[in-house]
Amino acid sequence: MIETHPPHPTLPLDIPQLRRIAQKLRRHMLTMAAGKGQGYIGQGLGVADIMAALYFHEMKYDPHNPAWEDRDRFILSTGHYSIALWAALVEIGVLPEDELTQYGADGSRLEMSTLDATPGVEMTGGSLGHGLGQGVGMALGLRLAKKISRVFVELSDGELQEGSTWEAAMAAAHFKLDHLVAIIDCNGIQADGPMVLNMEPIAEKWRAFGWRTNEIDGNDITQIVGALHAARSATGQPNAIVARTVPGKGVPCIERCEKAHFLNLTHIDWNVAQRELEAQHE
Amino acid sequence: MSPSANWRLNMNKRGQTTAMGVSELVEGYPVVSAPFGHALVAAGERNEKILGLTADLGKYTDILPFAEVFPERFFNVGMAEQNLIGIAAGLARTGFIPFCTTYCVFATRRAYDFIAIGCALSRTNVKIIAGLPGLTTGYGGTHQGIEDLALMRAIPNLTVIDPCDATEIAQATAAIAEFDGPVYMRLLRARVPVVLDPATYRFKIGKARLLRDGTEIVLLSTGLMTQRTLEAAIELASQGVSAAVLHVSTLKPFDRETVLSLLEKVPNVVVAENHATTGGLASAVADAAVDAGLPLRMKRIGIPDEFCECGSLPHLAQRYKMDTPSIVAAANAVLGRRRFSLAPVT
Repeated sequence: MIETHPPHPTLPLDIPQLRRIAQKLRRHMLTMAAGKGQGYIGQGLGVADIMAALYFHEMKYDPHNPAWEDRDRFILSTGHYSIALWAALVEIGVLPEDELTQYGADGSRLEMSTLDATPGVEMTGGSLGHGLGQGVGMALGLRLAKKISRVFVELSDGELQEGSTWEAAMAAAHFKLDHLVAIIDCNGIQADGPMVLNMEPIAEKWRAFGWRTNEIDGNDITQIVGALHAARSATGQPNAIVARTVPGKGVPCIERCEKAHFLNLTHIDWNVAQRELEAQHE
Repeated sequence: MSPSANWRLNMNKRGQTTAMGVSELVEGYPVVSAPFGHALVAAGERNEKILGLTADLGKYTDILPFAEVFPERFFNVGMAEQNLIGIAAGLARTGFIPFCTTYCVFATRRAYDFIAIGCALSRTNVKIIAGLPGLTTGYGGTHQGIEDLALMRAIPNLTVIDPCDATEIAQATAAIAEFDGPVYMRLLRARVPVVLDPATYRFKIGKARLLRDGTEIVLLSTGLMTQRTLEAAIELASQGVSAAVLHVSTLKPFDRETVLSLLEKVPNVVVAENHATTGGLASAVADAAVDAGLPLRMKRIGIPDEFCECGSLPHLAQRYKMDTPSIVAAANAVLGRRRFSLAPVT
């Protein structure tokens, strides 16, 4: 671990511990999705390992005070991945576990798409192409305020089709925001199915825009932690982590679903899904 | 402050489109150079959280005085209006008060979703200062912000302001710097006339101001059109008509109470705005009157439902019947005084 990294208010977990956390996040997601027969569980399960590494290893974050001004920021640009964020916020203790079954229910704080009124949510996502620009603004603001906090922005491969993402990418490089990390969840699906517009080569695009870029298996905790550590030592350049993920990762019956943005899960037996998840981990 | 005859002469002069950055002087009024920029510097001196941002239009939106005094608090993000607003929202989330400048057309047409979601839905403390409102440029449909007020009024949580002159721009800049919430304000740039007396005029967000009392007709206006409704009221007085001038610089929240209480006493009204005649001030007045069951005799001065020509500003004002004589004629038409009409009013 690099000594210049500020002290974490919670203990940074090691790789085996992070694997167990990712498993717990997936359990929370199944609890949320069970019985709904629909939802973004595929995307959520795909980024569970990234969420575990961010909230339980990399980020400076105080779950007792999610508005702590010295915290690192995590922006979930794809608001419809909220299921993954709720899982992380429950596991770290910002939200109570017994709210999980309220996911998507009328009046619930655990919306299908994020709203920033819920504690722990840094930005209202959902309208794609907003996250990186606001992340650039936060990173500029934190630097102006002489904070050492960092900004992590999750965005998706489909979202790269929004031109505003590249406007923000240009600005981040121009302003030399080396405390900004973009994590691009490349799961190969978008609203109309498998990528309707080819975005490859994704890593080369980020490099060409002036970002220090790492391409990894986004479901391999060791690689995720390695890429996050590498991003700590960047100077003068923002960091991009191109994370290749598998939608539904960890639950084979969901992994086998048609590669779709919004899964119809009416045929899923949630007891089977849970058994599969537990079996994967053994 | 009374207008001089020069102003009308200028309006009648046949001209040509001026280059961007050259302000077309409204003759007959004193002018202040870059009132927004200087007011922003003053606000920035009072509050170190105030920042300046622009999208490659710093020169043309009067923000350079701020950039010169506070270079470390100024960001030019290049020609990228979505990102301009996105970055501003992010800065606001870290406790800053970003003032972003661009043109009305680019802020509202290009960055609408970013204003709606990044600023208004989340109530981030972002100030959007937008130049070239309505027919203040001769560059035609690409540059003339003819429907921006309609677009911005439709967004919940957003405060929308169209100032009249240099006095109001300076006061409104200070006021919105103090106000916690997203604001869209139209900008009059470069050499801006002083129409309202800085010694007596007091801008307040959400408050309409009665600039002149009158008993027969209300000239209800926003933005630079208040320069012309004041002119028209003087002309009407010379014709024996008592015209009130109510200046509504905050379009949203709309000062329904002040507007309705005046219109209840004087239900004859000409609404004048440097904007399309639907979706802006006239629509707000009509909505309020209908909701209150108040019958009005009303005519609208503003931009018709079309993209406008290129040309000099006096030419455009005449072409679209937004000049002072057209307001006088509209007032006479409302009052049924056809013989005094100077120009046909539709």
